[in-house]
Amino acid sequence: MITIDAKNKYYKELNREIKDAPDNAVTVENVCGQRYIGTNSPGKDITVIGTPGNGLGAYLNSVNLVIHGNAQDATGDTMDSGEIIIHGCVGDACGYGMRDGKIYVKDDAGYRAGIHMKEYNEKIPNIIIGGKTGSFLGEYQAGGRIIVLGVGYEDKCPVGGFCGTGMHGGEIFIRTEKLPVNLPVQVEITTATPEDMDSIKAVVNEFCEKFDLKAADILSSHFYKLTPNSSNPYTELYVNQ
Amino acid sequence: MSVNYIPSTFAVLRDTDRCIKCRACERQCSNEVHYYDADFDKMFVHEEQCVDCQRCVTICPTKALAIIENPNSFRKASNYSQQLILENYRQASTGAVLLSSMGNPQDFPVYWDKMLINASQVTNPSIDPLREPMETKVFLGKKHTHINRNPDGTIDMTEQSPQLEIKYPIMFSAMSYGSISYNAHESLARAATELGTFYNTGEGGLHQDFYQYKTNTIVQVASGRFGVSKDYLDAGAAIEIKMGQGAKPGIGGHLPGKKVSDDVSKTRMIPKGTDAISPAPHHDIYSIEDLRQLIFSLKEATDYKKPVIVKIAAVHNVAAIASGIARSGADILVIDGFRGGTGAAPTRIRDNVGIPIELALASVDQRLRDEQIRNEISIVAAGSIRSSSDAVKAFALGADAVYIATPALLAIGCHLCRSCHGAKCNWGIATQRPDLVKRLNPDVAYKRLVNLVHAWDHEIKEMMGGMGINSLEALKGNRLMLRGIGLTDKELQILGIMHAGE
Repeated sequence: MITIDAKNKYYKELNREIKDAPDNAVTVENVCGQRYIGTNSPGKDITVIGTPGNGLGAYLNSVNLVIHGNAQDATGDTMDSGEIIIHGCVGDACGYGMRDGKIYVKDDAGYRAGIHMKEYNEKIPNIIIGGKTGSFLGEYQAGGRIIVLGVGYEDKCPVGGFCGTGMHGGEIFIRTEKLPVNLPVQVEITTATPEDMDSIKAVVNEFCEKFDLKAADILSSHFYKLTPNSSNPYTELYVNQ
Repeated sequence: MSVNYIPSTFAVLRDTDRCIKCRACERQCSNEVHYYDADFDKMFVHEEQCVDCQRCVTICPTKALAIIENPNSFRKASNYSQQLILENYRQASTGAVLLSSMGNPQDFPVYWDKMLINASQVTNPSIDPLREPMETKVFLGKKHTHINRNPDGTIDMTEQSPQLEIKYPIMFSAMSYGSISYNAHESLARAATELGTFYNTGEGGLHQDFYQYKTNTIVQVASGRFGVSKDYLDAGAAIEIKMGQGAKPGIGGHLPGKKVSDDVSKTRMIPKGTDAISPAPHHDIYSIEDLRQLIFSLKEATDYKKPVIVKIAAVHNVAAIASGIARSGADILVIDGFRGGTGAAPTRIRDNVGIPIELALASVDQRLRDEQIRNEISIVAAGSIRSSSDAVKAFALGADAVYIATPALLAIGCHLCRSCHGAKCNWGIATQRPDLVKRLNPDVAYKRLVNLVHAWDHEIKEMMGGMGINSLEALKGNRLMLRGIGLTDKELQILGIMHAGE
């Protein structure tokens, strides 16, 4: 285990130090806004103490990141594999275009979490948000799974408006009894069946273990499941000139 | 006849004396225009399905065919063309957005054709490129104003920005695998490799077979992030962020599920048959600062070794946008004019949105010079560079290099029927149908691309030599080498050139 003090270090220098660290396990202390942590450090297990900057784990490839603090915008942008575990909140556009791996956020996420998420064959990404999210969750989602647990927000729907706009693949699970507002026409909403719940059991259990929640209580609650009603939402939109 | 009867745009003329009923036309036409009726022992046509791609005309062994415009026409009017009437009929019957392809065909001014190139006489001798050295090699990237030297006197390269070295000032612009075929991509990749220039993957990812050409590949990152992975970014000699496209500024891309074949699905990393949607905005970019963030995330992911290109469509306030991009950390700026091609774009947008590349290029170059940041970024002009003389004029207006796509497709067999969005390209270019794709032979096609660029390069050198200029660097932004013909004062002012005779 290597410990790096990030105090007053520019992100370029810090990320180089993480990448070149002689041990794969790296703890970075006093992080304060440094960008792109984990982006180009294949094989590393990075623990971040403090507040990482934007683009945390962008294009992430075989890196595990644990954040003891809040993450900012564009976390896990176009992430390819690995995991990002955030003991706090995350900013906007978390998991943009993510194609595999997982992002677990203990508390809330900002706007546009999980947009453009994609899956291909065995590569199926997962985002789990413990608290609530802003609007446009899963916008243009093309694959993968987003789960919002809404812990602490049981009295209201824990996702913002326009959830799943342009969605044409994947699934969104929301632990709530209240319907999301302004659902777009592309999205079908159903109550999650026992089979659906079985499909998310493993990842929810893992999430609860990491953040010390009672999985049984959560999994026994009511979940809505959002799926697109077509994988080709715009076929009727065009006519040849 | 319904009220919205759509007459065929073209008429198929068949010389029955020449026709031997070999039915080659029938076999070759993916639009199913020609058919044989055994009862009459005669070839017939579904003319309304003809797109005038000239495939049947070209392969007819007895030269029995000709395609002409349908002489039947609605009553003529300058304000309502037959085309416009038919488009309204189509929309009335479908309720749908009109889709078309390739560059804007409307009658807007082509400023390339209103600029004339200078030549030396008497006082400044012209140069013969066949006998004297002539430099058309270009380095694209940020040029620093200062260099530092190591103790031994060599230049400290660690402080320099990465450069893209191109042997010819002509690159092949972005066309995704999906919009064009595997064989078309292979032709472009091999030609770029042989030429020492670059082709561009477009936003559809990079097919595994083409990683071997990576030294000459520019990889593109667009809002849909298709096929973007660590390997993909590592494979590119440069990374291009697509913010906009000249043919459809302000809107995104949409590859219909039916074009997402097995192979395209693998390359884009999405399931077969699902729509590939690239929305208009990058939802993480709302400002120059956000763009900077994406640029540096790409640089960080690739060890700061590759130039990052930002491609924008030429729009009204392009100069101010370019100024922001030059300050964003991007190494190269691509400006794509409104006559640039596309595999599919809503007709109204293609025909009405954006501005000509000539005006955009001139105003961007001038703005960056005025702000003393021209060296911060290289400029690539795109969107209707049709010939070597267009390219020379672009260099004189300030371009470091040009991107070509339509001429490249012409080189490999495109007949500009403007029907790419139908995905039934009879020439094997804009299609994924295996029987059509195999009509394009990459072994032949790549050589034709190489020929085209060699020919253009020779012409560029001839024109440069005529001006008494022996390096592209001395032509770049040299607007004294251009004169306008038939242009207004305002147009001359924007282009930064004098009128012919001045």
